[in-house]
Amino acid sequence: MTEKKSIRGQYGETLALLGEKYKDIVVLDADLSGSTKTKVFAKKFPDRFFNIGVSEQDMIGTAAGFAVAGKIPFASTFAIFATGRAWEPIRQSVAYSKVNVKIVASHGGITVGEDGGSHQSIEDIALMRVLPNMTVIVPADATEMRKVLETVVDYNGPVYVRSSRIDFPVLYDNTYTFTIGKGDVIREGTDATIVACGFMVSQALAAGDLLGKRGIRPRIINMSSIKPIDTAILVKAAQETGGIVTAEEHSIIGGLGSAVAEVVSEECHVPVKRIGVQDCFGISGKPNELLEYFGLTPEDIERAVLEVLEKRKYSIQEKDFGRR
Amino acid sequence: MQWSREEALKRLPEEARQIRIEILKMLHQSGSGHTGGSLSATDLVTALFFTELRHKPEDSNWEGRDRFVLSKGHAAPLYYAVLSRLGYIKAEELCRLRKMCCMLQGHPDSKSTPGVEISTGSLGQGLSIANGIALGLRLNKSDARTYVLLGDGEVQEGMVWEAAMTSAHYKIDNLCAILDRNGLQIDGAVEEIMSIEPLADKWKAFGWHVINIDGHRFEEILDAFEAAKEVNGKPTIIIAKTVKGKGVSIFENKVKYHGAAPNDEELEQALKELGHKKL
Ligand SMILES: Cc1ncc(C[n+]2csc(CCOP(=O)(O)OP(=O)(O)O)c2C)c(N)n1
Ligand SMILES: [Mg+2]
Repeated sequence: MTEKKSIRGQYGETLALLGEKYKDIVVLDADLSGSTKTKVFAKKFPDRFFNIGVSEQDMIGTAAGFAVAGKIPFASTFAIFATGRAWEPIRQSVAYSKVNVKIVASHGGITVGEDGGSHQSIEDIALMRVLPNMTVIVPADATEMRKVLETVVDYNGPVYVRSSRIDFPVLYDNTYTFTIGKGDVIREGTDATIVACGFMVSQALAAGDLLGKRGIRPRIINMSSIKPIDTAILVKAAQETGGIVTAEEHSIIGGLGSAVAEVVSEECHVPVKRIGVQDCFGISGKPNELLEYFGLTPEDIERAVLEVLEKRKYSIQEKDFGRR
Repeated sequence: MQWSREEALKRLPEEARQIRIEILKMLHQSGSGHTGGSLSATDLVTALFFTELRHKPEDSNWEGRDRFVLSKGHAAPLYYAVLSRLGYIKAEELCRLRKMCCMLQGHPDSKSTPGVEISTGSLGQGLSIANGIALGLRLNKSDARTYVLLGDGEVQEGMVWEAAMTSAHYKIDNLCAILDRNGLQIDGAVEEIMSIEPLADKWKAFGWHVINIDGHRFEEILDAFEAAKEVNGKPTIIIAKTVKGKGVSIFENKVKYHGAAPNDEELEQALKELGHKKL
C-alpha cells in the first residue's frame, strides 16, 4: 500500500511553519478553518488569523486590502465558494489589481463525496484560469503541496491553489522541486502521454500500470502548474508520443483538458482525449463510487489511451505522422 | 394538512419527536450530514409544515401552494424527514440519504426531490429566491405565501442583506423569514466568529417587522406565524431562539455536531432520550 497523506492537512502544517519565517503572512477563512486546516495556523498565530465568517466575498476583498497594506494574505474556504461566490471580487480586486493574494481552497472536485453537487467544485480551475494575472496550481500530493506553498509565498502576485478533501497517495519525496510554469514527467514513456493534475496523477500512474500489462508505456506528466502551462513539455510529448489523454477531477470544459487542447491545437496537432466530468454536476456518494460513476478511474484512463492510440494510427496513415 | 391550533398544540410535540428520530436514524445510516442545525430547526419547520403551510403532498406542484425555501440547505435531513412524514417521499427513501444515485442528496436538490422548490446548500441565497417567488406570486394575484429558513451564521453572507433591502423596498408582505438563532456556526459561537448582534435592530433598520420567539415553544411559533400574516406593507422575520442539537443532550450546544452524524452509541443514547424503543 502506498502511503497516503492529506494535502489540506499539509497546507495547514506548512502554513504554520511558513508563518514563523514570514512575519507578513496573514490567513483568512470563512467559517471552515477546521476543514481547510487554516486552524493550525490560527492556533499558532491567533493575531494573524482572521475568520471573516460565512462571507467569502468579504474575505477576498479583505485579503486584497491586506496585500495592499504589504501583507501576504492566504485566503481559504471550499473551492466552489472561494472561486464561485467570490469570483468577481477576485477578478476586480485581486487579478485586475494584480495584488499578492494567495487563494488556497480545499474540497476541489467530486471526491468531496456525500455533500453532493452543491459542494463539489468542478468549475474552479476554469474560473481561475480565465483570469489574466492569475496563476493556477493543482498539487498532486502532500509533498508537492508543501513545495508549492514554499514557492508561491516568494512569488509576488495572485495565485490559486486547489486542494482536496480526500487523502492523496504520496508520489514525491523531498528531492522534488516545483517550479511555476513547469510540468513534471513523473513516468517516462513513448506510447501516448497522459497529462494529469491533482488526485488524477495517481489514477494516471495506476492506468500506466494497467497499460504496461498490455505492453504499452505511456508518458505521464503531472501538470500541477495549469497556468502558466508548460507548453514545451506538451509539444515535446505530442511530437514524441503522438497522442494525449488529459485527466482531471474537474469539468472537461475549461480546465486542464481545455488548457492542453489549446496548446496542442495551436502548436502540434495530435489526437487528444479528455478524462474529466462530462459537463454535468456532481451527486452525493462515496468518493470511490463517484470516481467510478463519473469515469475517472484508472480503467477509464486506460481506455482513453487505447482510443488515442487507435486514432493516432489513422493520423499516421493519413499524414505519415512519425515517418522520418 | 393544517391542524387547528388546539389540535396542533396537542399533536406537534409528538410529531416533532418522531421527526427528530427520523433525522437521527437517517444521519446514522448515511454516516455523514448535519445533525445540530437539523435538530435546532425541527420544531419550527414541523410547526410550519403541519399547521401553517397550505400545500398538497399528493400534488407537489399545486399552483395555490405556499412556498418554502430551506436557505440553510445543510438542514436537509430535517426537510426530508418532514417531507416523508407528509407523504411527498416514501419512508424507505430516508435510509438512502447521501447514497449513490439516491433521491435525497446531501443538500436539497429540486431536480430529484418532490416538495423541494429549489436547490440550496450554498448559504446566503435563499432570501433572494424567496423574494422572487413572493413577487412572482403577487404578480400572479395569488394569495400564497412564501417562507424561508435562514441560519444565524448564514446571515453573515452579504447577499442576505442585499435581499433584506429588496424585501422591504418592494414591501413584500407575503413573505415570512424564519431565523434559526442557535448561536453556533461551524468554527464556533456566532458572536465569537463574526458578531451579528444587534440582530433584531439590524432587521428593523432594514425595514422589517421583527418577531422574537423561543423556537422550541409551539404556542410562540404558531402565534408568530399568525402575527406575520397580519403585517401589511412590510416583510416579517421571526427570530427564533433555539438550541443547536435540541432534544438530545449529547448534541445540544456542541459545535462538533454541526456536521457530524451520530455513531452507533450516540444513536442509541439519542433514541433512548427521545423515548424510542429500538431500531
Ligand atoms: C456560501 C457557503 N459558504 C460556506 C458554506 C459551508 N457551511 C455550511 S453550514 C455553515 C455554517 C452555517 O451556520 P448557521 O447558518 O448558523 O447554520 P446552523 O447553525 O443553523 O446549522 C457553513 C459555513 C456553505 N454551505 N455555503
Ligand atoms: Mg447557527
